[in-house]
Amino acid sequence: MAKIDTAFFDLSKLEEMANNDTVIHRIDPRIKVLVASMFVICVVSFHKYTISAILPFGLFLIIVMGLAEIPAFFLLKKIVLVSPFAIMVGIFNPLFDQQPIMVLGAITITGGWVSFVSILLRFGLCVGAVLVLIASTGFNTICLAMVKLGMPKIFAVQLLMLYRYIFVLIEEGLRMYQAMTLRTFHGRAIAMKTYMHLAGQLLLRTLDRAQRIHLAMLCRGFDGNIRIRQSLRMARLDIFFLAACFAILLLMRCYNIPAMFGRLITGIT
Amino acid sequence: MSHHIVEVQNLSYTYADGTKAVDGISFLIHHGESVAVVGANGAGKSTLLLHLNGYLTPQKGKVRIGDFPLTKKTIKDIRKTVGMVFQNSDDQLFMPTVYDDVAFGPLNLGLPAEEVEQRVLEALSRTNSEHLKDRPPYKLSGGEKRAVAIATVLAMSPDILVMDEPTSNLDPRARRSLIDLLSGFHHTKIIATHDLDMVLDLCERTIVILDGKIMADGPTLEIFQNTDLLVTCHLEKPLRMQPCPVLKPKVLK
Repeated sequence: MAKIDTAFFDLSKLEEMANNDTVIHRIDPRIKVLVASMFVICVVSFHKYTISAILPFGLFLIIVMGLAEIPAFFLLKKIVLVSPFAIMVGIFNPLFDQQPIMVLGAITITGGWVSFVSILLRFGLCVGAVLVLIASTGFNTICLAMVKLGMPKIFAVQLLMLYRYIFVLIEEGLRMYQAMTLRTFHGRAIAMKTYMHLAGQLLLRTLDRAQRIHLAMLCRGFDGNIRIRQSLRMARLDIFFLAACFAILLLMRCYNIPAMFGRLITGIT
Repeated sequence: MSHHIVEVQNLSYTYADGTKAVDGISFLIHHGESVAVVGANGAGKSTLLLHLNGYLTPQKGKVRIGDFPLTKKTIKDIRKTVGMVFQNSDDQLFMPTVYDDVAFGPLNLGLPAEEVEQRVLEALSRTNSEHLKDRPPYKLSGGEKRAVAIATVLAMSPDILVMDEPTSNLDPRARRSLIDLLSGFHHTKIIATHDLDMVLDLCERTIVILDGKIMADGPTLEIFQNTDLLVTCHLEKPLRMQPCPVLKPKVLK
């Protein structure tokens, strides 16, 4: 349990990173939001068996990550932490899709396995892109940027509250889990009924706490408007960054660059 | 001057589950006064405090802060006037860094950037926590958290400070420095607490409540000498006013 504890607690490390000052951090948040969305759209829109053409997107992400000085291992851990969702989505593909795509000696690779890997790859890239966006921008600023880009304010406030609520929920949940394990012996399974009580308790407790935090926000004049310290300013460099990123992303989307390289080197067409 | 007066008139509040938390409380607090609200657990202290910054609106009776009666329309002004320090600092600190947290209030007041920065630095220096400004609040020690929580309130420059158990969960030294800090403030202070020794240091006036009703309201020393009253209200004399248990074990009863 301690492991999950620290892994989640690390989430706020993302916010700490957002206070760094690198090339990527200085780019206007609106630009970053647009580029990240473009990235996700490109990655998601590939055909279900595609693997090689997606790989350059990984390179793109790694370069941005390097420029923003975000530790790769940290990010990887976060992606692995949420990967069960993607695995659940793709796990049945190898069973249902038995159509052979490739034969490597004695091993036949079916379409199911290829699409499963493709799903995991896309998932990793998309989650990675969003994490890099948060780590280089900060959640508040992202919400503000999205409002500036035309998202209704009420959604932004919802998102912000949700983001705060996650931390509260995890904290309360862990405390209750600790209290429960301390009074559970011999590794006995815990009755379903106990879990139901626990879940209900958790909801009530976190609601209470969230209410107190909301009160604290109200006490300091929160009125539904998001305000941040720095003002948003679009410089010429930002526009250039946007154009360059869009060009690169579209290029990678339209051409299978690894395959082109392969042809170039091996000379096989 | 009629400024910075807290006036509560016949205030009652019953929670949805039927608990009568506050039952006909009235008092008047003048500018610059420092008042302790003491009472047993569940006596209604916290509920009373929640009325003072407009989180709860009175079901019966009246609350008046400065020049404004407490109504839906005046809540914003009242929240600017009354700074509230919560019992649990974790509830009060929710931004990624201490600086952002202290800046949250001034930014919401719509102040220009330079003014915000000035206010934040000033509030942090008044609570001796400038060195914490880039740290995430959840990693601070209890004492540091409390200091920062007070800074977040000071940055709004309120006239009245309302505090719920400010010395709870603090080690003796952090408690002492908090008391020193608070004694340096010239705000009107309303402090709900069980720490009667702190009350001796900070408040010249004490209000004792039990089951939502005021049992006594008067000079602190006078009230703390009334042993019967304290016992009825689940309280004890401050340690400083008790005879030394080592030297006179028999006197203690």
